[in-house]
Amino acid sequence: MIPFLIRRLCQAVLVMFIISMIGFAIQGGLGDPVQQMLGPAATEAEATALRHSLGLDAPLWAQYLDFANDALHLDFGRSYFFHEPALSVIARYLPATLELVAASAVLTLLLSVPMGVFCAIRPRSWLSQTLMGLSVIGISVPVFLTAMVLIQVFSIGIQVTLFPADTGWGHWLNQLFSIEGGMPAYGRGNPVHVLGVWYTNFATLQGILYLLLPAFSLALVMLPLFVRLIHAEMLEVLESDYVKYARARGLRPSRIYFLHALKNTLLPVVTLGGVQIGTLVAYTLLTETVFQWPGAGLMFLDAIERADMPLIVAYLMVVGLLFVVINTLVDLLYRLLNPRITLSGRAA
Amino acid sequence: MALLEVDHLDIRFPLRHDEIRAVRDVSFALERGERLGIVGESGAGKSVLAFSLLKLLSRPGYIAGGRVRFEGRELTTLSDRQLRRIRGNRVAMIFQDPLTTLNPTLTIGRQMIESLKAHRRISERRARAIALHKLRQVQVSSPEQRFEQYPHQLSGGLCQRVVIAIALLLDPDIIIADEPTTALDVTIQAEIIALLTQLCGKHNVGLIVISHDLCVIGQLTQRLLVMYAGRIVEQGPTREIINDAQHPYTQGLINALPQMTLPRQRLAQIPGNMPSLARVPDGCAFHPRCRYRFTPQGRLRQACVERVPEAVSSGGSRVACHWVRELITTVPIEEEAI
Repeated sequence: MIPFLIRRLCQAVLVMFIISMIGFAIQGGLGDPVQQMLGPAATEAEATALRHSLGLDAPLWAQYLDFANDALHLDFGRSYFFHEPALSVIARYLPATLELVAASAVLTLLLSVPMGVFCAIRPRSWLSQTLMGLSVIGISVPVFLTAMVLIQVFSIGIQVTLFPADTGWGHWLNQLFSIEGGMPAYGRGNPVHVLGVWYTNFATLQGILYLLLPAFSLALVMLPLFVRLIHAEMLEVLESDYVKYARARGLRPSRIYFLHALKNTLLPVVTLGGVQIGTLVAYTLLTETVFQWPGAGLMFLDAIERADMPLIVAYLMVVGLLFVVINTLVDLLYRLLNPRITLSGRAA
Repeated sequence: MALLEVDHLDIRFPLRHDEIRAVRDVSFALERGERLGIVGESGAGKSVLAFSLLKLLSRPGYIAGGRVRFEGRELTTLSDRQLRRIRGNRVAMIFQDPLTTLNPTLTIGRQMIESLKAHRRISERRARAIALHKLRQVQVSSPEQRFEQYPHQLSGGLCQRVVIAIALLLDPDIIIADEPTTALDVTIQAEIIALLTQLCGKHNVGLIVISHDLCVIGQLTQRLLVMYAGRIVEQGPTREIINDAQHPYTQGLINALPQMTLPRQRLAQIPGNMPSLARVPDGCAFHPRCRYRFTPQGRLRQACVERVPEAVSSGGSRVACHWVRELITTVPIEEEAI
């Protein structure tokens, strides 16, 4: 356990080092800040003086060390737009994103496991075939399209006027196929403070309502993939000797499916899931834009538009760190599910 | 009434165009406490037969005809729920590879306790006590420690002992063992064989052992079925069949065994391969490989090619062979055919 953690820590440091290099390169690669700060009328002497005072005349490695030192002290400079430390801006926006990601991860899990398992144990039912068909479509449709369709259907609503409205039955049929909509699809609503520090949508029914559409549309990115993965894995596991043996021992089908088979099915799902949580964070850029969800993704896009360099670099570093932390947690979780893996890396 | 009676069992696997008949017209009986062996090459239908007894056939296999009676009760028509009360409880199974049989993500103890709880209303503590007792019976060292371990932490031999312990957990009437020693190395094989014989004798458990290994079968069983291409070609007391096989196929199998006492020479083999179950030859399925399909005069025996031989009694066993029938009755089969 301990050696594993130490090794993971070393890997994390290495990954963060590489990310910081990228961040540093971006920061240095966007024109000459001195010229921007002084304007076109400045003399060469003024420019040299400023360059020296900002440390920009130092060699590149020294500048990087400077940058890394600041980063280690959680100092990424002040945002040009917000006029406050970049990290505190991110700290303000990130919780909304994390809440969105968490909600859609939970939705994905809650929906994909029963769907995948059902499709595997009842492969011939019409429901399974429909689900598997939809999952192919789901994989190929881009997230902003599904988001807009969701908004149209559940927020704006669909008014069907296909049938003659002046007859009783036509009116009734129109009503039947119309969808009222009305789901909130813009912003966060009114999140509430919990315990003084946590500003959240999870605490109130209205907050959850606001979360629902963005989270579901984000979940649709992963859901089809997970349904297909669980379905395929489960089919394979159901053919295994230990499932056959479990049947030969007279165990209940529910126990065979949901303990014996599912536990082995989930191993690759957990691995993929860990990587995909990172991908979900990336997809929040799109979802947050469509739903105007005030999270770090939306903030990041704004920062790019405003060329708010400290904010961009800080976002990059924070998301990088998030990836590393999540992947480490997934490896730990994997250990709990699969006793054949020991964390020292050797087979037991 | 025998404990288990199998009557004209017929098992098929429908494919897209034709149907594989994996088991044809198989009948046998098992008495309480009797040890029965089923031997044959790979693809002879042994395992399919074993799994069909508890209706555990994999898709798309199905029982197309015949009966399986356990204590006089018909099993082939029972629902899954009714069968579940018998599986693992009255009739237990042992699979071939102990390392893939046990679920890799659950501890030995968990898998033993769940087996008990599936069939008895029993407390966790009581179940644990029974399980540990059975582990001791199959001579697993430090059972308390094994109880908490996962299958991959145990050797193959140890795992098979655990599987035997699980089979004995609910004091079954029958244990069906499908190639129980094939995945083990030879020294462990002998131990497992000794253990199975001893425990089945002690608890008066009927044992059905499937194997392609005549040595294993010879040591383990009292009675023997020899299968070829889905049919039983010979059945009788194990000792008699091994000492004096009647069917040309059985003779071939026994001649192919390495002999320690004879000078070194090439092992005998049966020419050709067993036919695919989708294309079983007409007449006696063995005839293309059988040297007795020709009369001493060198003529082809038409019956071997045209008619499926019926079983006749010969030297203590029942043999399905036209040639053997001719030997006993001394009626040339060509004439009888008319």
